[in-house]
Amino acid sequence: MSNSSSSNSKSAAAQPRGWRVVVAWTLILVFVVEIATALFVKRADKGFAVSAFARLPLVFNGRVQPMDSLARNSLMQIRGITEVPLEGNGVDGAWGSWEELRAKGGELAERKWFQFSKHPKKLKPADWLLEVMGNPEQADDRYIFVINHPDLRSLLKLEGGLDKSGLHFYRFNDITDRMKELRAEVQRVAKIEATQRTPFDQAVVKLDNAFGLYFRLKNTLQPQDSKDFRKELDEYLAAVKSARTEAQERQSRGEKMDREAIDQLLAPVQKLASRYEVMARIDAPLIVPLPHAGDKGHEAWHRMGDALLEATGETMPESVKLLAGMASAYQAGDVAKFNQEIGSYQGLLKSEGLIKEVTKSNQETFFNQLLAFKRSMYMYIVAFLLVLLYWAGLNEIWRVTAMRLLLIGFVIHTSGLIFRMWLEGRPPVTNLYSSAIFIGWGAVVLGLVLEKFFKDGIGLVVATCVGFLSLIVAHSLSQSGDTMEMMRAVLDTNFWLATHVVVITLGYASTFVAGFLALVYILRGVFTKTLTSVTAKSLSRMVYGIVCFSTLFSFVGTVLGGIWADQSWGRFWGWDPKENGALIIVLWNALILHLRWGGIIRERGLMNCAIAGNIVTSWSWFGVNMLGIGLHSYGFMDAAFVWLMLFVGSQLALIAIGSLPLSLWRSFRDVKPPSDSQPPSGGKGVPVEA
Amino acid sequence: MLDRFVKIFSSLRLTVVLLALGIILVFVGTVAQADEGLYQAQERYFKHWWVWGVTMFGYKIPMPLPGGYLIGTLLIINLIAAHIKRFQFTTKKLGIQLTHIGIILLLVGQLTTDLFSHETQLRFSEGEGKSWSESSMDYELVLTTDADSNSEKVVAIPQSVVAQGGEIKHLDMPFTLRVKEYWRNSEPVFRAPMQQNAPPLTTNGVASSFDFHQSPVTHSMDTKNVPTAVIELAAASGSLGTWVVSGWSADETMLSGVRASYSRQMGREMAESLVTRLSGNQSVNVAGKSYSFVFRPARAYKPFSLTLLKATHSVYPGTDIPKDFRSRVRVQNPSKGEDREVDIYMNSPLRYAGLTFYQYQMAAGEMAAQSGETPSSTLQVVRNPSWMTPYAGCVIVAAGMIIQFMIHLVGFISRRKAA
Repeated sequence: MSNSSSSNSKSAAAQPRGWRVVVAWTLILVFVVEIATALFVKRADKGFAVSAFARLPLVFNGRVQPMDSLARNSLMQIRGITEVPLEGNGVDGAWGSWEELRAKGGELAERKWFQFSKHPKKLKPADWLLEVMGNPEQADDRYIFVINHPDLRSLLKLEGGLDKSGLHFYRFNDITDRMKELRAEVQRVAKIEATQRTPFDQAVVKLDNAFGLYFRLKNTLQPQDSKDFRKELDEYLAAVKSARTEAQERQSRGEKMDREAIDQLLAPVQKLASRYEVMARIDAPLIVPLPHAGDKGHEAWHRMGDALLEATGETMPESVKLLAGMASAYQAGDVAKFNQEIGSYQGLLKSEGLIKEVTKSNQETFFNQLLAFKRSMYMYIVAFLLVLLYWAGLNEIWRVTAMRLLLIGFVIHTSGLIFRMWLEGRPPVTNLYSSAIFIGWGAVVLGLVLEKFFKDGIGLVVATCVGFLSLIVAHSLSQSGDTMEMMRAVLDTNFWLATHVVVITLGYASTFVAGFLALVYILRGVFTKTLTSVTAKSLSRMVYGIVCFSTLFSFVGTVLGGIWADQSWGRFWGWDPKENGALIIVLWNALILHLRWGGIIRERGLMNCAIAGNIVTSWSWFGVNMLGIGLHSYGFMDAAFVWLMLFVGSQLALIAIGSLPLSLWRSFRDVKPPSDSQPPSGGKGVPVEA
Repeated sequence: MLDRFVKIFSSLRLTVVLLALGIILVFVGTVAQADEGLYQAQERYFKHWWVWGVTMFGYKIPMPLPGGYLIGTLLIINLIAAHIKRFQFTTKKLGIQLTHIGIILLLVGQLTTDLFSHETQLRFSEGEGKSWSESSMDYELVLTTDADSNSEKVVAIPQSVVAQGGEIKHLDMPFTLRVKEYWRNSEPVFRAPMQQNAPPLTTNGVASSFDFHQSPVTHSMDTKNVPTAVIELAAASGSLGTWVVSGWSADETMLSGVRASYSRQMGREMAESLVTRLSGNQSVNVAGKSYSFVFRPARAYKPFSLTLLKATHSVYPGTDIPKDFRSRVRVQNPSKGEDREVDIYMNSPLRYAGLTFYQYQMAAGEMAAQSGETPSSTLQVVRNPSWMTPYAGCVIVAAGMIIQFMIHLVGFISRRKAA
């Protein structure tokens, strides 16, 4: 970017002076060092080998994944935040662990943002999962269930709890004695169609889902009430063996056994096995690799419950014994024993030929801990603020620094995207979550290209804004669970995911970029004096160019979607909501272009239309999924509905502002309006050169 | 006068108005699907010239709106008129010309698809071979008798004719068929012994074990209207009797649903026996010849046959997420000496003899194994003579837009470089 300071009207600004250069480079250095630390510095476990545990593979949601992913996704679904703090604020400024503070009574609150000196102890996702699996009793005492609906709280007679900026967290133990009331509500809500549920009903469903998941996790490694699972396993095997020997002996004696005699003989076995049957019935993760699993592919993984019921006596897989050993050692607090068992288990995985699974788990854990999208999100927001500094007339160096930061963020964003694709073996967009990641990425690319040509910070602002917002959207979408879930049969085609889905998502991204460029025009025009005729003209060109681009992409993407539908359902066009949403984007972009070509709208009209494009695109991206109909609807979300309405409302307000008479625009108040007074350039029906 | 017309129909303002109306129509027609159902909304908004009254978010709004056909047709006229009027062959306009030609192709293709495409379904169990597919909506009343020892004589009366009621005569029927009652949608109820049953509709055939009730016509995507009629056959000598003919007796999809539902209530054996009674043959003897009759889904016969060899339904381990639906099918066409096997699965249909066969539904895998059903598969059979137009249209429009925008972009960059 060495040439970037040489152009544009801003270059007249003061040459960067010493301290600014230092501040700018320090800022960049901070981010680079932070990333380098995350990449290269390994955190050593002080007690239990949690980082080794985090990397252990298992099968859940139909795919091999590390414990770490299961932990993060579960915690995200249950708590909404992937950390569980163990300390915080009590009454009267007291600070300490929750147990101590509870003894004193009163409300508990997590660390406030301004308490810089406090560093509460926290459970990382894998710490928490290990506790849930290995010591459920302890896990029941953690504040993980977020319950915000006041009616639901009063139904469950919940008081106190843990507060974090208005969110309320409760322990499993807080709720156990009100389970009956919750059950009754769950049964009532189950009969109501998803679209007809009230916010209270939805809160009930959400809590029930969280409980369901928590129960499955508690019964993944061992029965949740087991005290020493390794010992129990030996007892179980012994009971099976003695029952069998006894039966054989009686048979050899020629004794006939009736139903009652058999029941009596099996009673010691049955006492333990009835709990294993529960474990086998629930959809717990498949944690046990069977012997020679490497040759069997996905069939090789079982639930602990199934493994216990199927294998008896001498045929109990070694993996079950080692896993049970881990559970017992953890529960007993025996660090050395646990670490030894986990080491043997890792060795066993290798010797059973599960190299591929182990490698994938390691990689995915690394990817999880990289937090690529979160990191690029922070860089985008800082870069955005820097461009605002530059616009405030401060110094070109802030624009250049913003550009550098954006580039670093973009590199991280891109590596995250590619890492994800590589892990999944899929094109970039496979679900709503990844579409948000990709829209942000596409917008940043477009913004960077614009910045390269115009060098006035506008491309940077749009890139950082859309990049940041779409990553926020992605983050909240990840709360619904595994973001790398397996593709249903009809979607299981990399060809169409790589063509139709990628192209249509780029169409979304570019329509948003056009819309945000228009926002820059209107906000700067109305509220500041910085919208010079040169800037206005370049914005107009950018919007026009991007609208052309998005017309092409949304059209091709939509038609490719039709062709895919023709390949899989036998009809090119079915007026399905998702198809219609895409069609509206195409029509809208075509309408803007024709309005412009016909001279019916000019600069300001173009801007307002482009902002309306934001509404159209957000409706197509999210709104149609909320209608709850059609073959495409891949996710019904309600919390998102409020946000969608807020976004639409804000865009409508901005269009209203953009429609204010020019005499109210600060930029144009004293100047002759730049282009609205000019005759339309170009004849009717003929495209005007941008 | 003509000039005025040409001017209006070739104007850019008309394009703009049509695009705007199109956006409104698509939006309204999409939102209405939540209230009116996918199928009904598509019909009313997109496959009509004019829409009278719209439904949005549960409210009926008495507002007229131009329908999909009207907007589409006007757009085609507008595009063609504008091109005739302003056509210039210059490289500068090449992109626009191409784009618009592609759009015309797409619009015309969709219109012909609407007019000429035809969808039926083919449902077969493993080992079963069929040389016909069935309509998923329409039924036909079919009377069959032996013509000679090798062939049959068939009279098929379309549902629409049965719906009109009255007397139906045919040269090949030595009797008159009188429709006494016709319900577009109906529900069968088993006349359980030792219960207070109303008197049967008639004592003949299926009516002795099942009652049929009229039910409201449905527009939803996942339910279907199954008709039932009460018919009386009369020869010159007098009435031959009254029978109930119902779609429930001859529609395999519905029968399989009935079987599953009874299976849950009263066990597999009982369910099987009830289904046998529901689908039992009904016939009448006239002049020594037996005429059997059935109200079955309308059939489309093919000059070849498909046999289902294997239906595979697999899921991801530990989940219910479907991973693959796959039908291994044997295609036999004696007239062409063809006999081959082929896999039909998601996103990979079989195109054969002007028809396309898509994997549509499947009852196989663990679920079918548990209920003791023979694995079966349903293929969607589509005849669409204009299926290629979207492919061609997409390529042409994309090429056109790329050319046009490239011209802009190159001009823009070179001017910036020069500046």
